[in-house]
Amino acid sequence: MTAMLEVRDLEVAYGKIVAVKGISFSVEQGQVVTLIGTNGAGKTTTLRTISGLLRPTRGEILFQGQRIDQVPAHDIVTMGLAHSPEGRRIFPRLSVEENLLLGAFTRNDQPAIRKDLDAAYELFPILGERRKQPAGTFSGGEQQMLAMGRAMMSRPKLLMLDEPSMGLSPIMMKRIMTTVTELQRQGTTILLVEQNAQAALKRADFGYVLEVGKIVVKGTGRELLVNDDVRKAYLGED
Amino acid sequence: MSGDLTTRTSGGHPAAWPLGLAGVVLVIAGSFLSWSYDSSILGDLSINFYPGSLQILAIILAVLGLVLLLIEKGPLESRLGQWLDATLGLRALGLMLTLYMALVLIAISVESDGLINVNPGGYVSLVGAVLLLVGSRLLPLRQLRDLGQARLPGWFEILTIALMMAAILFAAAFALGLTEAWAFVLCLVFITGVITALFRTGVMSWFGHVAQRHKKVLTLAAFVVAFFFPFTQGGSDANMSIATQVLIFAATAMGLNIVVGLAGLLDLGYIAFLGSGAYVAAMLSESAFATIDWHPPFPVVVLIGACVAATLGLIIGSPTLRVSGDYLAIVTLGFGEIFRLAMFNLDGTNGPLLTNGPNGIPGIPELQIGNFNFGDEHTVAGLELGRFSNYYFLLLLLIGFVILVFARLNDSRIGRGWVAIREDEKAAEAMGVNVFGLKLLAFAVGAFLAGVAGTIKAHQDVAVSPDQYIFLESAFLLAAVVLGGMGTIAGVLLGATILKLLPEKLRFFSEYRLLLFGLLLVLMMRFRPEGLVASRRRQLEFHEEDEQLAVAVESKLAEEAK
Repeated sequence: MTAMLEVRDLEVAYGKIVAVKGISFSVEQGQVVTLIGTNGAGKTTTLRTISGLLRPTRGEILFQGQRIDQVPAHDIVTMGLAHSPEGRRIFPRLSVEENLLLGAFTRNDQPAIRKDLDAAYELFPILGERRKQPAGTFSGGEQQMLAMGRAMMSRPKLLMLDEPSMGLSPIMMKRIMTTVTELQRQGTTILLVEQNAQAALKRADFGYVLEVGKIVVKGTGRELLVNDDVRKAYLGED
Repeated sequence: MSGDLTTRTSGGHPAAWPLGLAGVVLVIAGSFLSWSYDSSILGDLSINFYPGSLQILAIILAVLGLVLLLIEKGPLESRLGQWLDATLGLRALGLMLTLYMALVLIAISVESDGLINVNPGGYVSLVGAVLLLVGSRLLPLRQLRDLGQARLPGWFEILTIALMMAAILFAAAFALGLTEAWAFVLCLVFITGVITALFRTGVMSWFGHVAQRHKKVLTLAAFVVAFFFPFTQGGSDANMSIATQVLIFAATAMGLNIVVGLAGLLDLGYIAFLGSGAYVAAMLSESAFATIDWHPPFPVVVLIGACVAATLGLIIGSPTLRVSGDYLAIVTLGFGEIFRLAMFNLDGTNGPLLTNGPNGIPGIPELQIGNFNFGDEHTVAGLELGRFSNYYFLLLLLIGFVILVFARLNDSRIGRGWVAIREDEKAAEAMGVNVFGLKLLAFAVGAFLAGVAGTIKAHQDVAVSPDQYIFLESAFLLAAVVLGGMGTIAGVLLGATILKLLPEKLRFFSEYRLLLFGLLLVLMMRFRPEGLVASRRRQLEFHEEDEQLAVAVESKLAEEAK
């Protein structure tokens, strides 16, 4: 069986600075896979390259067996790969509903879009209550919910979340992480990038630890949680 | 209009209302007296008990003030008092009326050597205006009900639209008929006075709701008014010539509005697309100076001109639309200059003979579509329609077409993509919006429309030359879009009209034209950055911290969507 997403020997550079130095990993159908690491480890760069916003200098990216590393970003979304970017990047002056509808930009099936809109409101009731409100007036956690709901509107097979817990209160973070599990249960495969290793590893089927552009440790979420190196470096334990 | 009364803040000076009334009476009385000793200026204001047109304007303002006073306290209070803010209206009106009268006195003394030429009537009216101003300042402020809830019978609302449109037609014909610059300025003050008073009372916001409810009626009415305009001109070419200039300018500005207002791309060389359309039409025309010996019928020329412009748009767009913001502005600015210089040099010596260089291509014959020659005069229902009227009607069609393209694009999926790009390009890309493709599309469509306008412009102007397509023209087009309100239809049409009409009518200001124009833009950016007519979304952009507005705007957008 081929993996849903397979990254082989990926290298990405900004000019002369190589941010990702030949990493390989894969995401199987139905899994939650997490990439953890500190600032500047290359996590965000990896996600942006997968979704076509950056081009790799070496290596291959396969989505459902197809090469996508030279496919334009908008076609990648159409293929079923959604990206909820770092910093959420919701459209602050547009209403919740308009934000969600823009998430469905690549689709053309109006009735189904309406249905998914309702599904998003069911997943995050607060969005439904404030569907006419400009998204910029929301709190960080609500904006994160919107960003996730928006990404789901393209009906992705694989959802990539870039630091969904960034800047959130512990309660809100928990809420977001529960949603990740909920989305997995509904059948979405998830690639999760996090600095909050503990929260991410608890829910991940498989995890990779990135350090300055290279994968240094990998294993199931449970294995990594008890791995001494990981505990020292990322879980703040001696 | 009935329902529960709202609480009214009481207070205000007891003398305020009588003072205002006295002011109104004095203005009217003064207007029936002679204002000026000199009968040869400002359309004769010298005869007692026979008001000249400027005096009638003062009377109209005063009567409007009287109506507002009666809404404040009097027979109209019970019906309109709870909806309309008469106090704020009166304050605006008092101010504008005082300004108007002061300007009248200045105009008289400038035009005929000194204040000595002002007759008592002028002073009486000025005093009245000041009294009204003072009185209105002393009136109490009021609490009002939301006009959005006001519902009148549908026929009444449509009648209001019709009346409003008729007033616009009448005002336009009247203002254009004024030949003296001072009289025109005074007329502008009058119009501004009426509009601000209506704004402050809330009539305009009510009208906004009405316009929302009867969008189609309003559009139709606007076109009917525009259609009948030539019939008010009695065959005079002077104003019709200006009107056609305005229409060309407006059509081009609407095209630019797609690029700037919808896709959010700053294009400083847009005039080049108008120019390329015009040059194509000139080169293919039957002018003795035309450089291409092939003269297809005009519809074919339009298509070629538009396609050439669109191709230029694609050529300049495909490498540059990858850069954004300031860089795009610089590149397009350069492109505009390259176009002008290219036209300057394609004269047979420096390059192939296409444009005759600085001489341009003169002697372009009148447009001919089928058997209809645009140079002919026609008499319709006893009213004469000259050469310019023919072009006017054609341009009206063009504007209709441009507006249609604009509106369809705005409401489409493409329009939503543009919104996303304007808001956050990177996020839009992550949503699967083909950012580059949509930007290129905006560029090409805008260029195409400008090209169409250019082909007509060439025939209407009779000649094309490089100096018609200087950077300043691009700047004016952009100013029309920004001044009127980016992304709106009505706003940009209004902005284009103002920017083209004012310089034509105020020729004696021509030396200060750019100065005044710069001042106007600075003031606009300070006080109303979203433009005269604000697209609801833009309003939000410029007043981001205002949460109440945000919610109001969104609910309005939702109302529109239904």
